[in-house]
Amino acid sequence: MIPGSFSYHRPSSVQEAVGLLAKLGDDGRALAGGHSLIPMMKLRLASPANLVDLAGIADLKGIRSDGNDIVIGAMTTQHDLIGSDLLGAKIPLLRETSLQIADPQVRYVGTLGGNVANGDPGNDMPAVMLCLGASYHVTGKGGERRIAAREFYQGAYFTALEAGDVLTAVRVPVPPAGHGSAYEKLKRKIGDYATAAAAVVLTMSGGKVASCSIGLTNVAETPLWAEEAAKILTGSTLDAATVKKAVAAAEAITAPASDARGPAHYRTKMAGVMLTRALARAKAKARG
Amino acid sequence: MAKSHIKMTVNGKAVEELVEPRTLLIHFLREQLSLTGPHIGCETSHCGACTVDLDGKSVKSCTMFAVQADGADIRTIEGMANADGTLHALQEGFRQMHGLQCGFCTPGMITRAYRLLQENKNPSEEEIRYGISGNLCRCTGYQNIVKAIQYAAAKLAGVPFQEAAE
Repeated sequence: MIPGSFSYHRPSSVQEAVGLLAKLGDDGRALAGGHSLIPMMKLRLASPANLVDLAGIADLKGIRSDGNDIVIGAMTTQHDLIGSDLLGAKIPLLRETSLQIADPQVRYVGTLGGNVANGDPGNDMPAVMLCLGASYHVTGKGGERRIAAREFYQGAYFTALEAGDVLTAVRVPVPPAGHGSAYEKLKRKIGDYATAAAAVVLTMSGGKVASCSIGLTNVAETPLWAEEAAKILTGSTLDAATVKKAVAAAEAITAPASDARGPAHYRTKMAGVMLTRALARAKAKARG
Repeated sequence: MAKSHIKMTVNGKAVEELVEPRTLLIHFLREQLSLTGPHIGCETSHCGACTVDLDGKSVKSCTMFAVQADGADIRTIEGMANADGTLHALQEGFRQMHGLQCGFCTPGMITRAYRLLQENKNPSEEEIRYGISGNLCRCTGYQNIVKAIQYAAAKLAGVPFQEAAE
């Protein structure tokens, strides 16, 4: 399988990349780790006339604290996320999720920016970003702006990005100390997308849920933020009856496709099972 | 389409070539450099037979363009043996522990295991299985591959290899 011909560009700054992409319009695509785009190009499902490789832009790499947020450069790989002591201490959910993405070789090259910007409902990080209340730094023709992850995803492969935009960083607010989190993913085998997956971040106080946020992966055209389910759980002890109600609320917002991973109603039920497991694990890790 | 001029180090040797931007690294290695150790298996980023070591990372060379590897330091199975021509501990381990049958996955397995042992000198069986989860083998059932990697880890650490009881 050989991709179609293209011209290769390797800008060394964000400004240069944005300028190139703006000029090229529909004929240009940004290349991050390439582990979604290159397979599509090999299948000729994508045939961009120009690739703008972001790998030469030093500003797009790295993980740093900024006040109560952690800012992660878009070209930071899943492997880098796994190895980060800062993230391990402050937002362990990101390490846990990264370890469930694809396989070691893919994680060495696949980037956080590519994972969240591609708009593929099968990618794991978008639902985790909805769960964490992250925002994306985007630079385009009009300068830099921030877009909340919860407002970013519009449909399968459709996002708030416009032609010429480059997603440069992901800003994640650090959850409160003592929070518990979990990402539960059902997949057929290593390297597969989720049949269904659920991300949970919660805090407990006096044995009751003080705050809760839930994201769901690959059970709709976009990642889902299960706001109603989280509301039902808040104030509860995560007793079985309340969890059951919340799971029903989460299942109600899913609209998965029937595909090789199973029929739609099965995938909806699996989203509920993943959520139940993630809640139990997050609670066990939370203090208070 | 204009060709790109790329320079890299492959198995310790400086390489300078012209490539079409769309040339995948695996095709560049096999067809332009005649390094046919990295294999083309699935071509869909799943099987790991094309794995090479690139700047301290295990990468699937079927899912990278050669132009992206400009400036990189690459090692393939052809560069794995010791300088004196004796087998690398991993190669010896695969032979001693019967870690291959048809051998198609072996270059990718060894190259991947090389990086795994660089990062974790004494991996548990579970860590080995997780570490090679991007490499498929259709013959061995993996058991002897795991043993081969354990053999190599012991040899590199200078301790005798003891097979776990079955």
